[in-house]
Amino acid sequence: MNPPVITEQERAQKELAVVGKGIPKADAGVKVTGQAQYMHDLELPNMLYGKILYSDRASARIVSIDTSEAERIPGVKAVLTAYNTPEIRFGFLKDNMALKKDRVRQYRDEVAAVAATTPELAEAAIKAIVVHYEDLPAVFDPEEAMQEGAPLVHELNPKGEPNKDNRLRLPWKFSAGDVEAGEAASAFIAEGEYETGWVTHCCLGTAGCVAAFDPDDNLTMYSITQIPSLAKADFQEAMKAMGVRGKVRVVLTTLGGGFGSKLDTYAFEYIAMLLAHRTKKPVKILFDREEEFFATSPRQPTRIKIRQGCDAEGRLTFRDISMVLDNGAYTSWGATTPTVMMMPSSSLYQVENVRFRATCVYTNNTYAQAMRGYGTPQVTFAIESNLDELAEKAGIEGYEFRLKNANLPDTVTPQGFKVDSCGHVPCLEAVAERMDWAGYRAAKAARLAGDATGAGGDATLVESDTAGVPPVAQAAWTELPDKVRGIGMACLLHVGGGAKIYKSDGCGTLIKVDDLGYVDVYSGSMDMGQGLDTILRQIVAETLGLGVDRINVVIGDTDVCPWDAGAHASRSTFVAGNSALYAAQQVREQILNSAADILDTPRDGLDLTGGMVVCADDPEKTTKIEKVLRKAHFASAGNTMFMAAYFYEPPTDLLAGDFKGNYSMAYAWGCHGVEVEVDRRTGQIDIVRYIAAHDVGKAINPLLLRGQILGGGLQGIGWALAEEMIFDEGKLLNPNFRDYKMLTALDSVDVEPILVEDPAAAGPYGAKGIGEPGLVPTAPAIANAIYDAVGIRLRKLPMKPEMVLAAIMEAEGR
Amino acid sequence: MAGMDKKNIHFVVNGDPVSALVGPEWTLLRALRDGVGLTGTKEGCGAGECGACTVLVDGTAVNSCLFPALEAEGRSVTTVEGLTQADGNLHPLQKAFIEYGAVQCGFCTPGALMSSKALLDQNPDPSAHQIKVALAGNLCRCTGYTQIVEAVQAAAAEMNGTAAAAVGNGSGAAASGAGATGAASDTALAGVTGAVDQPSHASTSGEVTA
Ligand code: FES
Ligand code: FES
Repeated sequence: MNPPVITEQERAQKELAVVGKGIPKADAGVKVTGQAQYMHDLELPNMLYGKILYSDRASARIVSIDTSEAERIPGVKAVLTAYNTPEIRFGFLKDNMALKKDRVRQYRDEVAAVAATTPELAEAAIKAIVVHYEDLPAVFDPEEAMQEGAPLVHELNPKGEPNKDNRLRLPWKFSAGDVEAGEAASAFIAEGEYETGWVTHCCLGTAGCVAAFDPDDNLTMYSITQIPSLAKADFQEAMKAMGVRGKVRVVLTTLGGGFGSKLDTYAFEYIAMLLAHRTKKPVKILFDREEEFFATSPRQPTRIKIRQGCDAEGRLTFRDISMVLDNGAYTSWGATTPTVMMMPSSSLYQVENVRFRATCVYTNNTYAQAMRGYGTPQVTFAIESNLDELAEKAGIEGYEFRLKNANLPDTVTPQGFKVDSCGHVPCLEAVAERMDWAGYRAAKAARLAGDATGAGGDATLVESDTAGVPPVAQAAWTELPDKVRGIGMACLLHVGGGAKIYKSDGCGTLIKVDDLGYVDVYSGSMDMGQGLDTILRQIVAETLGLGVDRINVVIGDTDVCPWDAGAHASRSTFVAGNSALYAAQQVREQILNSAADILDTPRDGLDLTGGMVVCADDPEKTTKIEKVLRKAHFASAGNTMFMAAYFYEPPTDLLAGDFKGNYSMAYAWGCHGVEVEVDRRTGQIDIVRYIAAHDVGKAINPLLLRGQILGGGLQGIGWALAEEMIFDEGKLLNPNFRDYKMLTALDSVDVEPILVEDPAAAGPYGAKGIGEPGLVPTAPAIANAIYDAVGIRLRKLPMKPEMVLAAIMEAEGR
Repeated sequence: MAGMDKKNIHFVVNGDPVSALVGPEWTLLRALRDGVGLTGTKEGCGAGECGACTVLVDGTAVNSCLFPALEAEGRSVTTVEGLTQADGNLHPLQKAFIEYGAVQCGFCTPGALMSSKALLDQNPDPSAHQIKVALAGNLCRCTGYTQIVEAVQAAAAEMNGTAAAAVGNGSGAAASGAGATGAASDTALAGVTGAVDQPSHASTSGEVTA
């Protein structure tokens, strides 16, 4: 269905009443009073508590499982293993099973599960289960796993055919132009290898669910999924595997954070279904913090090789990227991150000749999933770090180099992205201006010249004015102060108008209006704290000329809400927003047409504003909206009420085949600039200043938008400097907040957002997505600033003080 | 069955005397959630590392997941439910958290509110740094903390009757009192908005001058 044709002009002429305003989040009130209901707070009558027994081996054959003692514990209602339940396969390649049979492939493998009347009894029952294993060879390094003779993580593929090696047969290859020709035309080439490890979402609310069957075998899954409609389909498929005929309903509780962690279904959800069906009682599984760390799926780790070249003038000639991804033992969305990494690889900056390949390899490590940015942060770390290396080789200052190659409006990228609105240059310029980039560089140049002539002298080398002064020679090290400052920048490109990675990237909305002028909006999308509930309120309120307090947004119930592809790809404001906008416009037309009849005046002179039907031709006829609503409803004939349904499907290309096409309706750009202070004695990095410029199209809600940039920014800074899941042969050694270094308030950085509003023609009121971009360029911006400060190029995350110190000591010959 | 070991404790919660049957190993967190039925206090880690469970015991902020329930006997406990004032009005901290965007997923919010309350009770006019110190034990994954710190500053100003005074946000931006839409914290959104190629949209950032 095509969108109604009213929009743009009408919109542009109108002073916006609620869109563009910093309206507080719709559910903030229930959250500050402790009334919000999270999974932790959900209790159903007769509910049982489920608990999972995980493997304590990385790779082993299951010899036997003895559950007899667990079964004898009073209050234990079910003890399940793969041997007494139907097989439920799930995941992107269906290579994962709810309960593992015959062998385990990673420490987080689910071997058995129980349901009991209290969490303590469930825990006791788990401890009473005895599993005998026989260790099998394991492999933990993806490069080793690719070698001939490496132990096979899966002997068979999901179809039952033998696997030859550990490589996944996934088609992650893209090329455009002629990389060899580009290389031949290059005056300068920079190459490097970059590595990013495992980090995890750290949702403050741990994962969980409650599965409940009715007597007719219909399942209600109380869930915290980011993909209600797709999860429903997954659970429905599992019902089939269980031989259960009922229907599935997915109902969301309030989420204690998402960040991509809930973009796929997990074994625990299928296990809760099995336990609930076996016991005929609702079963709750709630992760503790340790489980949250080791049994949810982290960010996809990468090892990236990159080569980029430019001509003598500094114009990019080619970019060649290849990477190996540790897939872990099973396949979830982590394995598909290359499809998104292709995007900045092909299209961030103007470069005609591009090659991209990614290989995913099974290992006996944990398997990865989506996490804010979906691969973009990893590959942007490589691209933007390497870009500074290339600029240095070409003798061009990094900011100038970026400007020279920046993306421009109304262009088509080598991957086929139709870039209309493009705030790349404005974002670069905004950062440069805010940081006085030129002044900073000039001071540094003067400093270096001073050093070279000996005129500068040591006297000026005090901390306060050494900003941006890198060591020029080994000899200079001794003259540097202990703390040295430097600046760096990095840009980003992310989808800002949905991303067609499924066959549908759509979202449905239903709207109904009551007699009093209150509006219920049923959207397929969901909220994990980012504020979609509020954005939809604003869009519908604006369209219907009502206050936001009249708009009730209903999300997170598949029985009443239409289909949606889920909260990923920073798509919700754009896609769900458009869906709500177009549904609201239909309702608006219905009301205005009815009002024209009721008020006996031409439709064209009518408008909805400030809760009124405003009649421009005859102000006397201006009347409250609810009066019109009631007159239409309680008419003597032709009674009607107003409601509408709209399914918005972005007219984009499906990402498949040669991976060329326009797969988003808008592209989001940004540039981060950072000033760091490096302590040469300790390797400690302090962020002195952090600027985040983002092209957001249009800020529908600047208050919440700022929260996305600040929150994403600090997550990214933590990723760059501190966060790390430490594994020893597949076993997570730091599954707690003591040893996993999430940044605290005391470590926090006052990120300064700059909004560049270059409206997206197809976006709701011009908006683009902003959920993920705030995190994307953090690591390379910081790495570039560290290089500027001390001349050390860090190519592995996190850039922990001990790594920084070791690199400094090596460079200084200490 | 374990009921035999259970013991009744008597304490004051949010001003009301209550009793709860608790097991010997129960924490105050569990006593509040399962014993008293107040689920506003959250468990984020159960190990004293995240602060989601922060409540006040005799005015002092504690991690209720570490505090033995039996030791609550005779004490006065304040939870997030007790922040709301007797007349039903929200506490200035609650209002500021709403208006300044300090709440996203909200799971850390009850704990962050209680740590903030303990701080303001002791130090009615804290600096941004003092607020960060007070909140150092309250992990938040969503907000990046900035808007929480701004909210605490705003609440302090409101409670001190200096609400119209400038609220610095550490980034040098100008500040303002909370507007009707809570747009106060937009001050840091100083814009190059539209400055480059969309001059017609400059007005959208006009409301947020730096
Ligand atoms: S739950 Fe008490 S500190 Fe985390
Ligand atoms: S608002 Fe989500 S953890 Fe703080």
